[in-house]
Amino acid sequence: MKILIIEDEQEMRENMQNSLEREDFVVETADGYHDALSKIGVYEYDCILLDISLPDGNGLEILKELKNKEISDNVIIVSAKDSLDDKIKGLDLGADDYLPKPFHIAELHARINAVLRRKKFDGYNILNIANVSINFDKHLVFIDNNEISFNRKEFDILLYLVTNKDRLVNKSALAEHVWGDYIDQSDDFEFIYSQIKNLRKKLNTYKADIEIKAVYGIGYKLISL
Amino acid sequence: MKLLNYTTRYFAIILFVLLSIWAVIFYYAMLDEIYDSMDDGLENQKMLVIRRAVENISIEEKNDFGDGYYTLKKIKSEHANNIKDHYRDTLMYMHNEEDFEPVRLLESVFKHNNEYYKIKVITSMVEEDDLIEDLLYSLLWLYLGLIISIIFLNNIVLNKIWNPFYKLITELKNFNIEKDENIKVQQTSIEEFNLLNKQIQVLLQKSRDSFIGQKQFIENASHELQTPLAISINKLELYIENYDLSESELVQIAQVLNNLERLTRFNKSLLLLSKIENRQFLYVQEVSIISIIQEVVEDFSDFAAHKQMECIITSEENIVFKMNRDLAVILFTNLIKNAIVYGENGSLINIEIEKQEIRISNLSTQEALKKEKLFTRFYKISSKNSNGLGLAISKAIADEYDLELEYYFDERHIFKVVFPKP
Repeated sequence: MKILIIEDEQEMRENMQNSLEREDFVVETADGYHDALSKIGVYEYDCILLDISLPDGNGLEILKELKNKEISDNVIIVSAKDSLDDKIKGLDLGADDYLPKPFHIAELHARINAVLRRKKFDGYNILNIANVSINFDKHLVFIDNNEISFNRKEFDILLYLVTNKDRLVNKSALAEHVWGDYIDQSDDFEFIYSQIKNLRKKLNTYKADIEIKAVYGIGYKLISL
Repeated sequence: MKLLNYTTRYFAIILFVLLSIWAVIFYYAMLDEIYDSMDDGLENQKMLVIRRAVENISIEEKNDFGDGYYTLKKIKSEHANNIKDHYRDTLMYMHNEEDFEPVRLLESVFKHNNEYYKIKVITSMVEEDDLIEDLLYSLLWLYLGLIISIIFLNNIVLNKIWNPFYKLITELKNFNIEKDENIKVQQTSIEEFNLLNKQIQVLLQKSRDSFIGQKQFIENASHELQTPLAISINKLELYIENYDLSESELVQIAQVLNNLERLTRFNKSLLLLSKIENRQFLYVQEVSIISIIQEVVEDFSDFAAHKQMECIITSEENIVFKMNRDLAVILFTNLIKNAIVYGENGSLINIEIEKQEIRISNLSTQEALKKEKLFTRFYKISSKNSNGLGLAISKAIADEYDLELEYYFDERHIFKVVFPKP
């Protein structure tokens, strides 16, 4: 999987690059409008992370260019502006998602994976981890080929943690992803714990070979045993 | 006091003083004139009496006025020398008035056939008290007449002249810096008012520019903070992943992360607030308030359950209102979230929907909150991880759509949203 990061802030670019490379993506970067245009013309990418406020041009123009050339790269707009206008314009111009800065790295992964899944890449529609198999499309979870029912929130949590397998997921990132943006600050996210407890119980009962570990003060990490 | 009344009052005082002084001078001048002409008359009568007396062979003495207007008396020569024409006021009994009335008297001496005669001539005099009274009444009428004329003229003339001024005041009263309209001024031929109008328009334009500039500044500053925040948060997240850290090290980094997230939320709230104020939520649609409330309650059900709380929605009928859907969600999210965060563990949150009104109430050990400050920015009830912007945002949304947002305490803490009548 090949990803292009178009971002003018060097450190921002490096952060994204580092974390994506850990997920075995091939990552290329462009630090501005012109750099990005020349790269798009030459290579194909599975996903493009596009910062639309670039010093040497508007990122939305890049979207137009992609549309004109009928390149079906998946684009996620990354923007510091969190502007409804840009979001609507961007999505109209064919972007797949809009991620306002600042974001958690776990959220970036989740968004990229969701975009790639939507494109139905092989191996992205069904994810196998240890003896657990998750069908994203149908919202089904199998453990040792037995279908286990999870409620919506349990499924969302599991999916989020699986997407960020072996990585430490910040609990506020998890809360915002599953319960929505406005859940923020609510009592230090202690309420997440009861959902995690239920999820763990089910995984235990059906002998899944994955475990959700709590990392004190920060969040959770899903690992395969 | 209105300018009109103010000038009238000054006129009244000045006129009163002027008229009083004028009345005194006028009174004495008139009196002087009256005495003068009376004395002339007496002089004339004296001469007539003397001539008639002299024409007769013998001068008939007349000792009292009786039915006439003079007396004539012979005196000794030694008394005569020091008497000249002498006018004085005296009193005399008048039969018609049955009272002593003032008369003017002329005393004189003349010589006839080596005999000296003393003559007294009288004439009835003007009654001073009557004169004063008459004068006073006329003056009073004059004074009243003048005042009424002044008030009347002032009302017509000043009202007309000051009309542009009052128009301007009304416009200023209705001026709202947050709305985009300039004030309308009335064209006038009076230079001062034109100048005033112009200066006020310039002043308002300046204030609005700086107000907009400031709002824009907050928005821009918030935007600029997003990238450094993103970099810091992501760097720490990567750091935790890349290094095998001890628990105490993790705790330290978690604390830094928590604070960065707090800063992020604060920044987002600030940005949201300035976006609402900068009217960037233009898209409006018919929104079903009850379904939004149900949605929000559902989003927070896990959080509420964690505090053993429950939200009870009672509704008589749905409210459908035209507004931006995201803002409606934010408005009710803030109110319901607050109710859960500040509500007593294990208590119920009541959400009552009635016609045009929604009441969200919770129980708390907290006493009644300060109404005036509650909706202002950065007012914090407690330090429960709050940034003090939530209710300010709700208020800004309510103001945007002319909703009433109120708080009151009636055993429970109640937030009431009233929708305008359709």
